[in-house]
Amino acid sequence: MTATHADYRLSQLDELEAESIHIFREVAAEFEKPVLMFSGGKDSIVMMRLAEKAFYPAKIPFPVLQVDTGYDFPEVLATRDNWVNRLGVRLIVAGVEQAIKDGIVVDDGKTSRNRLQIGTLLNAIEDNGFTAAFGGGRRDEEKARAKERVYSHRDEFGQWDPKNQRPELWSLYNGRLHEGEHMRIFPISNWTELDIWDYIGREGIEIPSIYFSHTRRVFERDGMLLTESEHNPCRDGEVAAERTVRFRTVGDLTLTGCVESTASTIPEIIDEVAVARVTERGATRGDDRFSEAAMEDRKKEGYF
Amino acid sequence: MDLLRFATAGSVDDGKSTLIGRLLLDSKAIFEDQLEAVEATSEAKGYDYTDLALLTDGLRSEREQGITIDVAYRYFATPNRKFIIADTPGHVQYTRNMVTGASTADLGLVLVDARQGLTEQSRRHAVILSLLRVPHLVLAVNKMDLVDYDQAVYDAIYAEFTSFATKLNIPDLEVIPISALQGDNVVERSTNMGWYSGPTLMHHLEHVHVASDRDLVDARFPVQYVIRPKSDDFHDYRGYAGRIAGGVLKPGDEVVVLPSGMTSTIEAIDVFNTEIAEAFPPMSVTLRLADDVDVSRGDMIARVNNAPTPSQDIDAMICWMTNEPLRPRQKLAIKHTTRTGRALVKDVQYRLDVNTLHRDQESKELGLNEIGRVQLRTTVPLLCDPYSKNRTTGSFILIDEATGVTVGAGMING
Repeated sequence: MTATHADYRLSQLDELEAESIHIFREVAAEFEKPVLMFSGGKDSIVMMRLAEKAFYPAKIPFPVLQVDTGYDFPEVLATRDNWVNRLGVRLIVAGVEQAIKDGIVVDDGKTSRNRLQIGTLLNAIEDNGFTAAFGGGRRDEEKARAKERVYSHRDEFGQWDPKNQRPELWSLYNGRLHEGEHMRIFPISNWTELDIWDYIGREGIEIPSIYFSHTRRVFERDGMLLTESEHNPCRDGEVAAERTVRFRTVGDLTLTGCVESTASTIPEIIDEVAVARVTERGATRGDDRFSEAAMEDRKKEGYF
Repeated sequence: MDLLRFATAGSVDDGKSTLIGRLLLDSKAIFEDQLEAVEATSEAKGYDYTDLALLTDGLRSEREQGITIDVAYRYFATPNRKFIIADTPGHVQYTRNMVTGASTADLGLVLVDARQGLTEQSRRHAVILSLLRVPHLVLAVNKMDLVDYDQAVYDAIYAEFTSFATKLNIPDLEVIPISALQGDNVVERSTNMGWYSGPTLMHHLEHVHVASDRDLVDARFPVQYVIRPKSDDFHDYRGYAGRIAGGVLKPGDEVVVLPSGMTSTIEAIDVFNTEIAEAFPPMSVTLRLADDVDVSRGDMIARVNNAPTPSQDIDAMICWMTNEPLRPRQKLAIKHTTRTGRALVKDVQYRLDVNTLHRDQESKELGLNEIGRVQLRTTVPLLCDPYSKNRTTGSFILIDEATGVTVGAGMING
């Protein structure tokens, strides 16, 4: 941000940043026990940056929660640790593996890790008594998200009721809760994928290396390029080969596809995103492809 | 690049979805997979056209019923501007959704069907946008292709609307003849309407001047959060964090803290790790004061000779948003800027008919989606301005204390 503005106008990034910082401070002031859901992906990194700025020079006044699918990219976990260490915030890891062992969720061999995260997450929120959980959801991502409030109410089962949402006017957020309920908070609701990249570029902040072009052994499944790994071996007829790729989103590595790309800098990624003709989720997320309402259904149950 | 937030209202019949679909398509904000999903659904439903409304109707129940129920936010950008559309349903039973969408809008877009002219619905939309003080209004006269691009049709609607608009507060009005389906005057200038010399819709959206809509005179800073790091490096740091709601604040300015009335001087204004020379709306900043005065969340920092008057008696227009009506003697929670208290409904003065502007003084309650003038008494003084002067310090929400639900939206008179 420049020091003076002759015409008293903010750029779109400055305005989005100001709106998000306002939301972070509002939640810190009004909720007893907030937590930031941090995946290590670019959206949650932008959230971390905004939280850092909102409370500077004080530390971020709430912990960070990561739901570990057990199938996370090691590069993403490394970036997570760097962020957490630099900011000195407390990290809580809720593992899907542990949740399976504890009988909180059931791994029937058919349900994806992504879906098993729901029970793991809700359990972590309940166990720790969190009343507000920041999520990196953006309204441009998906059409069920397009109608979700910044303060999104969850009942005592963690469920979202899309037909019965509270009206949200001006920048007056209503954080009232009953015992056992919690609020999901989406401080970057109004950011688009391009805004996120512009901001990462402008702020010069660390993101996982897998967002940049690299060589990787991948194979094709359902039109997506997936990483070959011990959790995700090739099936009959699938052949792994080394390709030059990058990821547009990060998640469970058995479900998150990459795209062939030579973009190795933020400006190159921005150029690529600006001309992309397929949404980031449609292109590379197996979890959103099952039905037109896949996201809405998962969100109702308590997904991020 | 700056940001413009605009609200649209209307039903499928007005061609609103077609228009939004066109704006998104032409600005490349719709992706191939989204378009393919919509094409597949349209085909499955047996339509012989691609129903662009499916792009915006995000919830399963909306797609099932084929109607827009809730506010949907859509995004697109041109090289000059980023746009946020609050797309709201047009029917009277969804007035509260339109009020919600209009509350944050810089510009309101009302569609009329050229064949039908102004309807009760288009008048109602203009009334709501005016009540919410949306500073710019565009009346898009759509389906000009179906009236042979006839200037007389446009002129008649223009005359009728401007005459109606004199009863409203509309600082800036643009009436644009378009065909959303054919693309006339949406992005490309129409070759069918040589008689029209005004801007295309997209040109207007890209160039309408919104920065001057903000109040840069009356400094208002509702304190959100007190930052006290208590770390070795910042042992004595005490900053008051918040978002500028009006005016321009600079280091050295003499300020008053309300409601206590204590005065001090701004020592510095911080944005993250940088001290800035001036702060203006809608920036989120942290103020440091020269004196050790008592300041906490819910207080307001203003200029010594230009501060709002604290008041517990509030006269406001209220839009009611729940089934159980608003009645005198009712008690509710109220949230105004960063201040929360309780409010007692003293009187419902009148109910406003949003179609005719008629004031019904017989009615002593407000039902769902109704708007009326109400007197409240609050437990804490509100540090408020008239909504007509400042949309941030002039607005509040009412919350049902039992259910926790937001039940009313208020705009302070004065």
